[in-house]
Amino acid sequence: MGVTGHQQSLITARDVGLVACTSCGLVAHAADHVCSRCHAGLQSRDHKSLQRVWAWLIAGLIVYVPANLYPMLRTTQLLKTQDSTIVGGVVDLVHHNAFAIAAIVFIASVVIPVGKFLIIGYLAILLPRTQNKDSHRLHKLHSAVEFIGRWSMIDVFVVAILVALVQFDVVASIKPGPAAACFALSVIFTMLSAQAFDPRLIWDVADQGKPE
Amino acid sequence: MTDTIHEVAYNPAYIACPHCDTLHRFSDDELISRTRCASCGYRLTLGKSEAIIRVVSLALTSTILMGIVLFTPFLSLNAGSFASSASVVDVIFGFSTGIMVPLAFAVLCFIVVAPVLRSLALVYALAPSLAGLKNSIGAEYALRLAFSLKPWAMAEIFMVGVAVALVKIAGLATIETGVAFWAFVLLVLLNAFQDTFMCRNTLWASLATNRA
Ligand SMILES: [Zn+2]
Ligand SMILES: [Zn+2]
Repeated sequence: MGVTGHQQSLITARDVGLVACTSCGLVAHAADHVCSRCHAGLQSRDHKSLQRVWAWLIAGLIVYVPANLYPMLRTTQLLKTQDSTIVGGVVDLVHHNAFAIAAIVFIASVVIPVGKFLIIGYLAILLPRTQNKDSHRLHKLHSAVEFIGRWSMIDVFVVAILVALVQFDVVASIKPGPAAACFALSVIFTMLSAQAFDPRLIWDVADQGKPE
Repeated sequence: MTDTIHEVAYNPAYIACPHCDTLHRFSDDELISRTRCASCGYRLTLGKSEAIIRVVSLALTSTILMGIVLFTPFLSLNAGSFASSASVVDVIFGFSTGIMVPLAFAVLCFIVVAPVLRSLALVYALAPSLAGLKNSIGAEYALRLAFSLKPWAMAEIFMVGVAVALVKIAGLATIETGVAFWAFVLLVLLNAFQDTFMCRNTLWASLATNRA
C-alpha cells in the first residue's frame, strides 16, 4: 500500500477555492452558505464535527453500561421468573445448541458495539494528531462503522417480538427489562456519533504541505 | 487544473466527492454510467437509466405493502391449549407499558415510520417530474429527508430479529407465519432493489432541471 492521501493529479474542491455540497455533490462558490441545487447547508470542512463525535460516543458508552448490567428479558414460566441479560441470552442459546443464532446475537450485541466504540474513539483521537497516515485504511474503517452499526439493533427487535408473542399470562410470559431501552439508546447514540464525522477530515491531513 | 473557478461552480458536469472532496469532471456518457471517486472509491454515480420511475414505483409499492403488514397477522403461536397471534402493531405496543413507552416509540419509528416517510418523501419529490408537472413546494427538502432516513429505516434488521426470536421460542410452541410476514419479506427485498436506483447525482440533477 504505497498510496496515502490524494494522488498528485487529483484536486479537491477546496484546492480551487470552492466548496462542495456533501448532499448532492454540486460545487459552489466558497461564499455560499446553502447549496443552490438541494438547499443543504454548505461547509468546506466541519471542524466542530469531532466535538459532536465525542459527545455522542460518550453518551453511547454511558448507556451501554446499564444495557449490560440490567436484564434484557424477564421470562415467567410456571410462576418462576428468570431474568436474562444480553450475554445471558447468548449463553442460553448456546445451551440450546443454537450456535449460529447465538453467534448472530453475540456479534450484533457485543462484538459490533464494542468494536464501534473502539474504532470511533481511535479515529477521533488519531485525526487531529497524525500528520502522515494511511487515509485509505481510516476511510475504510469509518465506512465499515457507518454501514454495520445499525445492525446492533437486532437484539432490541428480538425482545419486542418475544414480548408480543409470548403472552399466556399464567403459564408463560415475557416482559422487556430496562436493558432493552438502554441498549437501543446506545445504538442510536453511536450511530449519531459515526454520522457526525466529516470524512473529508480523514483525507485532509495527508494533504498538509501542499501549497494552499 | 486549467478550468476557471467560474466554469466549475454550479456546473453539473463536475461532481465533488462527499467523502474526500476530490473534484471530478465527467462527460455526458460518464454521468449516466457507474463511476467511483478516483481517490477514495466512493460511488459517485450508479449509472441506472430510468432511476426516477423505478424509485417512484417501488416507493408506492412499499407504502401499500406496509399497509398490509400493519393490519394482518404477522406470526401466530400455538402451545397446547394456548394460542396467540401478533401483528406488527402488537409487537410495537408490547413495549407500551410504563418506562418502556419510549422504546415502543423508537421501534415504531425504525420499522414503520421511517420506511413509510422515506417512501412518501420520494414520491412527493420525484413523482411530479414523471407526470410532466413542475416540482412540488419543498421537493428539495423531501429528497434530502429521504436520503437521510436511509440508516434509520431498519426493516431488514427487524427480519433478522424475527429469525432469532423464532429460534428462541421454537421449543416452547409452534409458530405459523401470517400474511404480514410474507408482505414484510417482500418489502425488505423491494427496499434493497430500490437502493440500487438511489443515485444521488441522477435524482438531484433531475430535480434541478424540473424547477417551477
Ligand atoms: Zn447540494
Ligand atoms: Zn472520494
